[in-house]
Amino acid sequence: MHPNLHALLVFLQTWWVELVSGVVIVAVVPLIAGYLVLMERKLMADMQARLGPMRVGPHGLLQPIADAVKLLIKEDIIPDNADKLVFWLAPVVSMTAALTAMGAIAFGPTFQVARDINVGLLFVIGVSSLGLFGIVLGGWASNSHYSIMGALRSTAQLVSYETAAGLALVSGLLLAGTLNIRAIVDAQQHLGVWFVFLAPVAFFIYVVASIAETNRAPFDLPEAESELVAGYMTEYSGFRWALYFLGEYANMIVVGAVAATLFLGGWLRPFPNVRWMNWLDALPALSTAAVGVYCVWRAGKQPARVQTWFMWGVALACFAGALILGVPLLMAPLKFLVPGLHGAFWFLLKISAYIYLFMWLRFTLPRYRFDQLMHLGWYILIPLAIVNVLAVGVAMILETEYGWNRWLAMIATTIITLAAALFLMRLNDKREAAASSAAPPPEEASTEDSYAG
Amino acid sequence: MLDKAIFFFFAGVAILSAGLMVTRRNAIHSAVFLITTLLATAGIFLQLRAEFIFIAQIILYVGGIMVLFIFVIMLVRLDVALHQIQFSRQKWVALFVTLALAAEVGVMLWSSRKVPGQGFLLPNAVPAAKLLPNTEELAGRLFDGYLLPFEIASVLLLVAMVGAVVMAKKRT
Repeated sequence: MHPNLHALLVFLQTWWVELVSGVVIVAVVPLIAGYLVLMERKLMADMQARLGPMRVGPHGLLQPIADAVKLLIKEDIIPDNADKLVFWLAPVVSMTAALTAMGAIAFGPTFQVARDINVGLLFVIGVSSLGLFGIVLGGWASNSHYSIMGALRSTAQLVSYETAAGLALVSGLLLAGTLNIRAIVDAQQHLGVWFVFLAPVAFFIYVVASIAETNRAPFDLPEAESELVAGYMTEYSGFRWALYFLGEYANMIVVGAVAATLFLGGWLRPFPNVRWMNWLDALPALSTAAVGVYCVWRAGKQPARVQTWFMWGVALACFAGALILGVPLLMAPLKFLVPGLHGAFWFLLKISAYIYLFMWLRFTLPRYRFDQLMHLGWYILIPLAIVNVLAVGVAMILETEYGWNRWLAMIATTIITLAAALFLMRLNDKREAAASSAAPPPEEASTEDSYAG
Repeated sequence: MLDKAIFFFFAGVAILSAGLMVTRRNAIHSAVFLITTLLATAGIFLQLRAEFIFIAQIILYVGGIMVLFIFVIMLVRLDVALHQIQFSRQKWVALFVTLALAAEVGVMLWSSRKVPGQGFLLPNAVPAAKLLPNTEELAGRLFDGYLLPFEIASVLLLVAMVGAVVMAKKRT
């Protein structure tokens, strides 16, 4: 056999699991992103007392497919004065960064592409932050004022909020004592408590900062449609625009996964070490079956025959999923499948809850003004994150060196941190009051702000 | 075999994009190629199993410094800068320094070609199992062995930061 061919075969034999997992991620994430968009539209409709997409498929279940087809066959416009190469490169960067970051995330104890990265969490954060280049370069290459304003805003915003997010993660990492993703989850299992309960302030800071990092409302200044048309993607259309969108939703999955891993116990089910809570193991199968039953119930009420069949199909898929999740629990020879399947279920459930929180906030809160955003980041979140890192460190020393009860130490330092937060907010209020009494009326002042639209 | 292929890929990308970075007239294109160079260098760090340095390179240089570079470049009017004659007067100095550096690297490579246990271009790969976790190792060295230099460096950075804030502050 040719030596090169042999080397290739050896390579494939060693790495086929990783290769297949990578392909699965690249293939499945766009689909998930499409359905996240549908979920967002449905939720928004629900909160605004509308129905949302209902036409394509029962309850609009095929809407993402229709949207994808529409975006694929749309005309691809590149502005005449755009920088062609960079214009072409930018959306690709945005998407690649998010998908690459996903490679190090552990979706359950068995499904992880890059297993033995000792700096796993840093890898995820660092690589996903490269997606910023997609936004900045795209905004610049479009050669349009709105785009470049969006790009400038997004740079300022991400650089500010990455600091706060990083410091919040440091608090969690102090508790875990490692950067390895598996070891972080193992540490939470070992302690028997999710880190969100030990460092609630850090989790809160991370939630706020990750909303700003993914450019979501109320911090969606880079694409604020009432000020900047569509911000950095004003000039993009068709499939390039879809790539940006995919990158954005993939990024939401990444920040959700980081939060779930570090603060919400990763793939562990709630109360992983408590024996009498073992009935929770049945929950994945039961909840999936419940969704199936609901689909059967709805199937009879569909307006058209095709839609009834489709609903039955969805119901059957749900029942199949319930079987896959439930049968290994009952049959001893298949027991080895349980950790992987159930781990993935709980992990995805936690990510979904996190993304649901994002959407809920988006429909609830009005958009911030750019200077308010910057003040929140620099005057409140970053100092608070620094105080919180110190507080968590002090709590750990109190526990290990002075033999305090862990909960007592954590609650005491959390109260100190909250007091610091109150103090910072009072300071900020005072500063704003002083600024508004000294400065000319706010309308004129805001036109001088170079970042404002 | 695979190791070598990966190394030459990263090295080639790094050198090629470094060259392009210097020769492009458009500052944003230069910045993009500089990012590529930095990423390729990070890849070489990763191949040497220096995970922490790899990710520090990505987070600090690519994710931090280059973002600020591009931020500043975007504020400059590029179309004007493009048509101006670039008047860098250090051409001959630059040439001299480059030649000196090339000579140094050449001598080093030439002299190390027969050192046992060291290849001509690539050091022999360290078996993965023997490596301690990078982050812990680095932190131990930094905070145990080299605490004073580390603190001096951080004071220096603090001074730079305070200086920048003072200079940027509006004069009232």
